[in-house]
Amino acid sequence: MASRSPDKPIDKQQLVAQLRTILSSASIIHETEALRPYECDGLSAYRQIPLVVVLPETEAQVLKIMQLCHRRNIPVVARGAATGLSGGALPLADGVLLSLAKFNRILDLDPLDRSARVQPGVRNLAISEAAAGHGLYYAPDPSSQIACTIGGNVAENSGGVHCLKYGLTVHNILQLKVVMADGELVTIGSEALDTAGYDLLALMTGSEGMLGIVTEVTVRLLPTPQRAQVMLAAFDDVETAADAVGALIAAGIIPAGLEMMDGLALRAAEDFVHAGYPTDAAAILLCEVDGTNEEVSAATMRVRKLLLAQGAREVRTAKTEAERITFWKGRKNAFPAVGRIAPDYYCMDGTVPRKRLGEVLTTISGLSERYQLPVANVFHAGDGNLHPLILYDANQPGELQRAEDLGADILELCVRVGGTITGEHGVGHEKMQQMCVQFSAAELNQFRALKAAFDPQALLNPGKAIPLPRHCSEYRSLGGELLTRPGARQEASN
Amino acid sequence: MIADNDILESLQQQVQEAAARNTPLRLVGGDSKSFLGNSDNGEPLSLAAHRGIVNYEPKELVITARAGTPLRDIELTLAAQQQRLAFEPPHFGDGATLGGTIACGLSGPARPYAGSARDFVLGVRMLNGRGENLRFGGEVMKNVAGYDVSRLMCGAMGTLGVLLEISLKVLPGPEREITLVQERTPEEAIRVVNAWAARPIPLTASCYDGLHLYVRISGVAEAVAAGRDLVGGTELPDSDTIWQDIREHRHAFFDSTRPLWRLSLPPRTAPLALPGKELIDWGGAQRWLLSDAPGTSIRRIVAEHGGHATLFRRGVEHERFHPLSDALLKLHQRLKQAFDPVAILNPGRLYPDF
Repeated sequence: MASRSPDKPIDKQQLVAQLRTILSSASIIHETEALRPYECDGLSAYRQIPLVVVLPETEAQVLKIMQLCHRRNIPVVARGAATGLSGGALPLADGVLLSLAKFNRILDLDPLDRSARVQPGVRNLAISEAAAGHGLYYAPDPSSQIACTIGGNVAENSGGVHCLKYGLTVHNILQLKVVMADGELVTIGSEALDTAGYDLLALMTGSEGMLGIVTEVTVRLLPTPQRAQVMLAAFDDVETAADAVGALIAAGIIPAGLEMMDGLALRAAEDFVHAGYPTDAAAILLCEVDGTNEEVSAATMRVRKLLLAQGAREVRTAKTEAERITFWKGRKNAFPAVGRIAPDYYCMDGTVPRKRLGEVLTTISGLSERYQLPVANVFHAGDGNLHPLILYDANQPGELQRAEDLGADILELCVRVGGTITGEHGVGHEKMQQMCVQFSAAELNQFRALKAAFDPQALLNPGKAIPLPRHCSEYRSLGGELLTRPGARQEASN
Repeated sequence: MIADNDILESLQQQVQEAAARNTPLRLVGGDSKSFLGNSDNGEPLSLAAHRGIVNYEPKELVITARAGTPLRDIELTLAAQQQRLAFEPPHFGDGATLGGTIACGLSGPARPYAGSARDFVLGVRMLNGRGENLRFGGEVMKNVAGYDVSRLMCGAMGTLGVLLEISLKVLPGPEREITLVQERTPEEAIRVVNAWAARPIPLTASCYDGLHLYVRISGVAEAVAAGRDLVGGTELPDSDTIWQDIREHRHAFFDSTRPLWRLSLPPRTAPLALPGKELIDWGGAQRWLLSDAPGTSIRRIVAEHGGHATLFRRGVEHERFHPLSDALLKLHQRLKQAFDPVAILNPGRLYPDF
């Protein structure tokens, strides 16, 4: 069959008929109303009805679908639980959306090897639940872990609240089975600790579905810490809280989790889940230490002393496991809690060097005033990974645009202080323009060459993550205008 | 500073000229690891003068240094702040540099418990085969903007780029560290060490020499004491030397004229009974084999167990690294082409085909 030229429309009926030779009719969705639930991921500001959705159940079906699409030059977007926050799983009008929802089985769990072989549609939390009986767990725990799938975690290199100590997805997986763009199956990594040749496992992780479709993941499991203890420290100003973060690290303490919430976020969380947070504080830090009983006892004392010395107004230690869970409940529900106090919110994901945290938060607060949009800050302070939540109302003309502009300014601020535009949510559809700020033309060209090595026809999730030179030159000329606005120049020189 | 820029410019120029003339380059740091990988005959491109720590702030848990910086300088700088490279890279010689360490992707005894060299790479600055100066990753702990090119460079043996600067995550050293020794059969040694690793014991190294199982425990004093009670055995008076000797191949086991193989296996793999002498490292995940057996049969048996075998020192194999499947070889060649289109950077060092 001749391959399609890019400007020739796809014959949808013909494609559906061909897919029916691979899948049952129930696993092919092509009526507009039935396609609607697939139009967006967790970033619902961007929507697009796909041409067709397929729900394969076996690796052989994925291979055949990919072979068909390769032959016909039809783009494919893979989708897990669609909890992603950067529009990475945003469908294409002329593309196939490949859902891995039916790949939901844990295939093997080996307690002695401390590994589990799972299908990509298995939920993150389900792995830890299955491993719990062996005293093991899967460490990366993104806030969406109840719903998000391990395949999506691999695509995004997801983190969570424990990654300062336990690493990201890339540090906790051993092997992938990947269907390549040409419909060939390859195994990357192994159950050993390394494999011969290039580190393709690292390269695949966080590649946002653009290098291959993951059909199986072997994860590394860790022994469940004997004990975990969480402390809640309240501060009267945000900068003092931010400085305390650096002081803990400098003292040689690597907390299992170190999270910060500012006043707006902690009050929203308190109203929502009643975690007992001090609502008059300007910021709180949640610091979790884990390990053996002895380690935790020693660390708790040290952390408490340090936080008080750093100017914490009050440090509470969870007295029971129930209280520990309550402390965390406010943090884990911070996004929906903030969602209750504004019609819409836009979640950013920049990372900055820890020492710049205080200064960055102050600058964000200035930006918030200038754009006349409130910003709540909830973030992984130990990693310097910010999640400013911009509150807006999409029904008010111009507010979405203002929220996006404010978001763009925040991300560019992160790059300016030596950080990055995305710590864990990915570039996706959302941050294409900021990629032009973070990377030079030569670097973007290198990314494109790398992509072409895997996928010369650009069939896998095209148009995401890596901008074209044309997009960057348009954005740079726009950026020039933005910097001439009052106030912007001064902030840019900080 | 001017001198540094001159060095950088000269490196860039040498790569660009080599690309224009289609002349292969042989990347050299301290030349401590020339034994590793296939031989290559390019013109030397010396990184030794491109040295120095660019940025180190203990509070940030990050160090950035130029590729030619001696590994020893980095370790001493970190030690002065009670921090260290948690993957404990081997030096294999006095001149070892940071660039060579990362390009070879080598890790030491703590690897199974603390992570590998690539796990600690946060960012790189590099020249690709066109001589373009590129920066990927950065100095922050979490960064998913663009493909993870920095970690791809780790273990690529200089075939994809000339590393110029590397940013690594560093960690505080432990308060206390002990090494326990006990007699075990090989089967028992592999079993118990993996069972301990599944329990909350702060293990940081383990090794079996054919008779004795050595286990290192590190952390706060109380946790080390609790771990000692759980693991048992006799405490060595000097906890450090044995791990340094194994890491640097100074241990008596390595004193041999036979080919030295590195076997990478799923940790719980039972002893393979290959002809020769074996040292079981990394809780079973890395096994050193001194053997005259043909490479093809060693590799076949190791592959049957889900692992791969590298001819590390001596021997006559055509390929030092385990051969790749056809599909992966094709992908490797395309990646090489994407980074180094004229194939001038260490061609053949990793695989004869590219």
